[in-house]
Parts: sequence; C-alpha cells; structure tokens
Amino acid sequence: MAARTRYAPDRGLTARMTATMFLLGLVFVAFIAAIIGIGAASHASDAVIVLFAVFLGGGAAIGSLFYSDKIALRTAGAKEVTPQQAPELHGIVDRLCALADMPKPRVAIANTDMPNAFATGRNADKAVLCVTTGLLRRLNPDELEGVISHEMSHVAHKDVQVMTIASFLAIMAAVLIRIAFYSELFGGRGRGRGNQNVFVVMAAIMLVSIVVYAISFLLIRLLSRYRELAADRSGALLTGQPSALKSALVKVSGEIARIPSKDLRAAEPLNAFFFAPALSLQGASLSRIFSTHPPLERRLEELDKVQRQLGGAS
Amino acid sequence: MGFLDTLLGRTKPVQPKLDDLFALPSAAITLEAGAGFKPTGSGSVCFRPVEGRSFADVQKDVTELLNVSSGQEGGLPIEVTKDNYGFTWLVSSRMSDQLDALVTDLHAVNTALVDNGFGPQLLCTLVAFRDDEERRLAHVYLFKRGTFYPFAPTTGEHRDNALELQVKGVVGDDLKFEPDLGRWFPVWGAPGM
Repeated sequence: MAARTRYAPDRGLTARMTATMFLLGLVFVAFIAAIIGIGAASHASDAVIVLFAVFLGGGAAIGSLFYSDKIALRTAGAKEVTPQQAPELHGIVDRLCALADMPKPRVAIANTDMPNAFATGRNADKAVLCVTTGLLRRLNPDELEGVISHEMSHVAHKDVQVMTIASFLAIMAAVLIRIAFYSELFGGRGRGRGNQNVFVVMAAIMLVSIVVYAISFLLIRLLSRYRELAADRSGALLTGQPSALKSALVKVSGEIARIPSKDLRAAEPLNAFFFAPALSLQGASLSRIFSTHPPLERRLEELDKVQRQLGGAS
Repeated sequence: MGFLDTLLGRTKPVQPKLDDLFALPSAAITLEAGAGFKPTGSGSVCFRPVEGRSFADVQKDVTELLNVSSGQEGGLPIEVTKDNYGFTWLVSSRMSDQLDALVTDLHAVNTALVDNGFGPQLLCTLVAFRDDEERRLAHVYLFKRGTFYPFAPTTGEHRDNALELQVKGVVGDDLKFEPDLGRWFPVWGAPGM
C-alpha cells in the first residue's frame, strides 16, 4: 500500500544497528563472565571491588543521564528563549511537534558563531532543543526546519538514554582499570603470603578491562553513527524535504571546516550531541572509526534514498 | 511509537485521525447559542508538502476534485496558499450556513491525501467563526491527536486567551478538546480568517 512504501524503514540500517547493540550486549556478558571467572579463581573479596565499580559506573551513567540537559546547556552557554523572543523558531518547532505528535521541548539559543544544533534531555517531556546563533544566521527556514527535525528525531528515538546505557559498559570497564591500576601501585593488601596472587588477579582484571574498554568504545562510536543516520532519515521523512536537510548538512559541514582548529577542539567534548561533528578535516583517515557521526558523503547518500522513496509513484 | 521502533531508531510516521471533524456542525450550534459565534463559511486544510513530482501531482488532483464539486454547487474555487513556514493551505469558501458541506469538503481533501499515502503530511484543519463584535475565532483540528483547540487572534500577534478558554468551556462537551495547552500553537496569518 502507498503509505507503507513511502515511509518504510531502512532495513539495512536497522539490521546494522541491531547487530551493533547485540555485540555490545555480548561484550558486556563476556566481561561479567571474565570478572567472575577471575574472582572465582582467586580471592572472594575481589568481588567487592567489582561490585564497587559496577555501582560507581552505574551511578555515573544515571547521573549523566539525569543532568544531561543542564550540563549540555551550561557547557554550550545556551539560554532558553520564549515564543515572544524567537517567534519563527518556536513556530517551526510547534509545527514539527504537531506533525510528529510529540510534546514540545524547551527551546534555547546559544550565542556562538559556529553553526550547530543539539537536543538533549532524558525523555521527551524533559527535552531541550538548542540552536546556535551561527546556525540561525546561515540557514534559510527550510534548512533550519530540517536540522530541527533531525534533532527532534533524536529525542523521539530516545538517543540520550540508548547511548548512556551503551556507554555504561565502557564506563564500568574504565573504572575497573583505574581501581586495578591504583591497587597495584599501592599494593597495600595481602602483603606477604598472598601478595603474588593479588598481583596476578589485579593484572588480569586490568587486562580484561582494557580490552573491553577498547572494543566497547569502537562499538559505541559505530552505534552513534547509525543513530545519526536514523535521525537524518526520520527527520527528512517528517518534513518531506530531504534536499533541505542535505543543503543544511553541506552548509554546516563546510562552515565548520573553515573554523580554526583551536575553537573546534573546545567544542569537541559535545560532539556526540551536535548535528555535525566539530572536527577539522585534516587527519580524517584513521579518525573515521572514532567518529560519532558518519562522513558527509554517506549522510547525503542516505538522504538521496529518502528522496527517491518519497518521490516514488504511489 | 513502539519500544522496538524507539530502540532501533525507526520513527513510524503518525497517521491522521479524520473523522472527529464531523462533530463540528453540531458543536457550532452550541457555540452560537452559548457564545454568539457564527461560522463564516471558510475552512482550510494545512499540510507540509513533500518535494518531488509525486506529491505535486496528488495536490493538483485533489485541488481539481474539490473545484469540480464546489463548482457544481455554485461555490467559490479552492484557494491554494503557502505560509512562511513552507506549509500549504487549501482554503474552501462556502456560504456561511453551509457548515455541513464545508466539513464534507475538508474531509474529502484529507481523505484524498491519505489515500495517496501522504497522510503523515497533514498538520491541521481550521474552520473560521466570527461574532457580532467582529471578533475572530477559529477551531483548529489537530490531525495527529484527533483533538480541537480554539484560536482567537486579536490585532498583530496577540491572542485572546480568556476567550479561548471561555469557548472551551462552552463547547467542551461537544468537541474533543486538546488537554495539553502546550499544543495549542498559534497559527498567525492563517488564510481564511
């Protein structure tokens, strides 16, 4: 039926995303198994350390989730705006929310010339959408609508929650690495009789944690790239204007390439949230697998697919 | 959107609810009795057009269809306008006492778009009213929610919120009103008002 073919999901993208999340889960299970194995082969009280790491990691993850909107806003220097202060911006958001049947997020503007946008918040009701003055200056209304639609798709897909859960594993592994490292450094416990045993256990934990951290880091970045493509796709389907989104992507990426590297490095911590990553184009080759966003050509290709789908005969 | 769809980042486009629009004619009677507002005979459908040939063809067909049916009954031709946000408005003008025919017209437009697979592009439908003091009022129907909300613009970009809430009180039993006030977005400069 016509409705199904035009707005059909991208099966390939769905399959790849599912596979990535499955692998992350698998790594998590393998990690727990390895830690338990190490703990069983040695002293039982090491389990306390692991438990401590789990709680610390979990606490950090949950904390970051709950405060993500405040943290992101403060880091970007964004100020919330009322409909009277920014009527056109609110108008675009109003209409997109009505089309997508989503509650309206808070709207904020960050006073920086770097063109970009982000949406954050732990669920749709607590969401915040932020655009920079640089973006407002450079894009025409259709392109701006495309960018906002992309950001709101992130909110609809609960990307903040999904990425937080995905990174929980990496955080936990990172905490364990630290604990193992410092306990080896100070080596207070088990002096004398059990010293050798403790050293080996800690080294094993550290090794496993490093491997887990590396693998999960790459998987998380891969997942982030797929989520970005999904947001591009949903955003274009919502507005029905994939070319406007393509045009916005080209403009924003092109402008970012012109910005001096010093300013870009300052923006890098927030890359995962941004519409387009704040990366300079030099040294792009290896960094592809570390990137939170797919390369521009890939994003444009995927939007071409949406264009064909929407324009197809019913 | 289902849990799996959210998890996998697949947005299901929201299909519109079309039939609640037919509650308007009887609500209009209550509105006139309770607040003195009469329909002006003007109504419009607002949607976000899709780029490409396919949608343009559908829009042309729909407009022609409407013109034929309203022409047969001596009505005015359909007006097609675009607003500042890139949304298209199809405006139908009828005699002020033909609210039933107007609602049927609007429903025909909506159905035609849905049948051609463009249901998700529908934003809202607006039916205009006016009272003896020349105050303007519109009932805006949100397709994706299946609910109504009143919109009473005054001069410039101001709304008469008190009047809107009053109207909700008068017609609240006849029409399904949108409970979330945050979704009562303003449609400044909507054609046909």
